[in-house]
Amino acid sequence: MIELHQVNRIFNQGRPNEFQGLYDIDLDIPRGTITCLQGPSGSGKTTLLSLVGCLARPTSGRITLDGDLLSDLPERFLAQVRRSTFGFVFQRFNLIRGLTVLENILLPAYPLAPEYRALRTRGQELLARFRLEDRERLAVEHLSGGEAQRVAICRALINDPEVLIADEPTANLDSTLSRELMAIVRQLKEEGRTLVMASHDPIVCKDAAIDHLVTMRDGRIISRGGPHGRP
Amino acid sequence: MNRFFRRQRYLVDHTLSSLRRHPGRNLALLIVYTLLIFLLASVLLFAGSLKREAALLLRNSPEIILQRQVAGRHSLIPAAYLQSIGRLRGVRKKQGRLWGYFYDPVVRANYTIMVPARDRPAPGSVVIGAGLARERRLGRGEYFTLRSAAGKVFSFQVRDILNPESELVSSDLVLVAEEDFRAFFAIGPEWYTDISLQVANPREVVKVAEKLTELLPDTRPILREEILRTYDAVFSWRQSVVLVLLVGSVLAFLIFAWDRAAGLSGEEKQEIGILKAVGWETGDILRMKFLEGGIVSLVAFLAGYLLAYLHVFYSPVMLFAPVLKGWAILYPAFRPVPALDGLQVATLFFFTVFPYTLATIIPIWRVAIMDPDMVMR
Repeated sequence: MIELHQVNRIFNQGRPNEFQGLYDIDLDIPRGTITCLQGPSGSGKTTLLSLVGCLARPTSGRITLDGDLLSDLPERFLAQVRRSTFGFVFQRFNLIRGLTVLENILLPAYPLAPEYRALRTRGQELLARFRLEDRERLAVEHLSGGEAQRVAICRALINDPEVLIADEPTANLDSTLSRELMAIVRQLKEEGRTLVMASHDPIVCKDAAIDHLVTMRDGRIISRGGPHGRP
Repeated sequence: MNRFFRRQRYLVDHTLSSLRRHPGRNLALLIVYTLLIFLLASVLLFAGSLKREAALLLRNSPEIILQRQVAGRHSLIPAAYLQSIGRLRGVRKKQGRLWGYFYDPVVRANYTIMVPARDRPAPGSVVIGAGLARERRLGRGEYFTLRSAAGKVFSFQVRDILNPESELVSSDLVLVAEEDFRAFFAIGPEWYTDISLQVANPREVVKVAEKLTELLPDTRPILREEILRTYDAVFSWRQSVVLVLLVGSVLAFLIFAWDRAAGLSGEEKQEIGILKAVGWETGDILRMKFLEGGIVSLVAFLAGYLLAYLHVFYSPVMLFAPVLKGWAILYPAFRPVPALDGLQVATLFFFTVFPYTLATIIPIWRVAIMDPDMVMR
């Protein structure tokens, strides 16, 4: 479904602080699977997730979604792809301070302009699903780490995306909350969604639901297989 | 509601919530902005009102005033010139005028002493301007004493005080009888200060003025239009002086606006990155920020202009009034007539709201066109 072919990413190209983040990445992400990128900090996991989720463009190489070339699309169409196909859960949640939980969740839907009542109902359903219904009107800065993580997931799901991208989703959670999160991840997979995650947390990387485990180092993929050494 | 309008409504909702999220910062900006508009609008409204008032008062003044020039300076004009002018076609009415200035050391003010064209006071009595009456604390029937250049003391009884409505141009006026004027300034009956003329066809004013110059080469005709233009220029000049003084404030404000926008805080950049990451288009973000700036500047503009309007037309305390009216001891107690000039409003709007919006939107645009990944990093 998502294919990356010979993808390179160079930051600050042509400047003294030029830096290559990714080297000749080839990766296939099949529909309805969970792909986990693992590796030490600075290995290029977040950069690769950004390219997969159209948050950045590759310096060279091709990225396709169901055969359609994404890497050359103008920004306006990339924004459409981002909101209709992808949902993002960022490492630091990236919720907008000062807005309520519900307002944060509804943000990705604004450009699609659905009926407000239907949108609100959808947001409330997601809050109920993730046991956050009593937090609807709370400003997000007052949430605990686990609650903020679940709000970020709700926001990622508001447009019912096919692909969920999560960067270090358990980085700010304790082990109990991390296991709860993985339970949610399994549910999402059962719903038929594709998940791409970056993590070096064993709770994530060794979870039985992971279909593909990709190990990265210094911007390169050094191995790929199942979570328990399966090919 | 169709999709387009719903989308705009969501943008407006988010903009309003964005404004609510930073109440302190936005309130400070609003106060500074409002104050700036208030100052600029006060100057423009007051100066505009002065110009209008002057034009209104001069509406019935003579179309041509003929002055004699000696060595390039205004000099007394012979009464015999009236006969020469009488031969010119197109002149409907001609009259010799008597007027002069007098410095009163008691109140350290200059008066304009003149003989009116109509309703001349009886010898020994005067009609005075409201500013003078105020300054010398004079009322009807009281006596007003002046010492002439020859050292002779003249005592006049105040017959009346001029209507305060015309105070802008009559504040320092002393209207006297012709005999009293000639005696006080020691001017013989064969002289006038100048001659006023009315022309039968207003479109021939310039032609008549040309003929006058040919007929009496030592004279200079001054047209009513020229006087109006002079008043206009004087008030515009004073307005410009104040505006130039305020330019510093305008620049300071623009630097403040630019700095605020250019130095987008980490939180603001993060927000732009998040919005792009979750699917907002660059255009959505620019529209939202444009709306945010537009709301702030529009509220500030309306509040500042309204306050200036109330200040200039209804408040007893007028900033800049002494500068705009002119420096004098006898300040006219001038009450501007409320009026709104569309062009003036548009000009002020263009020179305040437009630069602010531009100053804020450009740095935001520079961030908004970046990849969300780069912005969030």
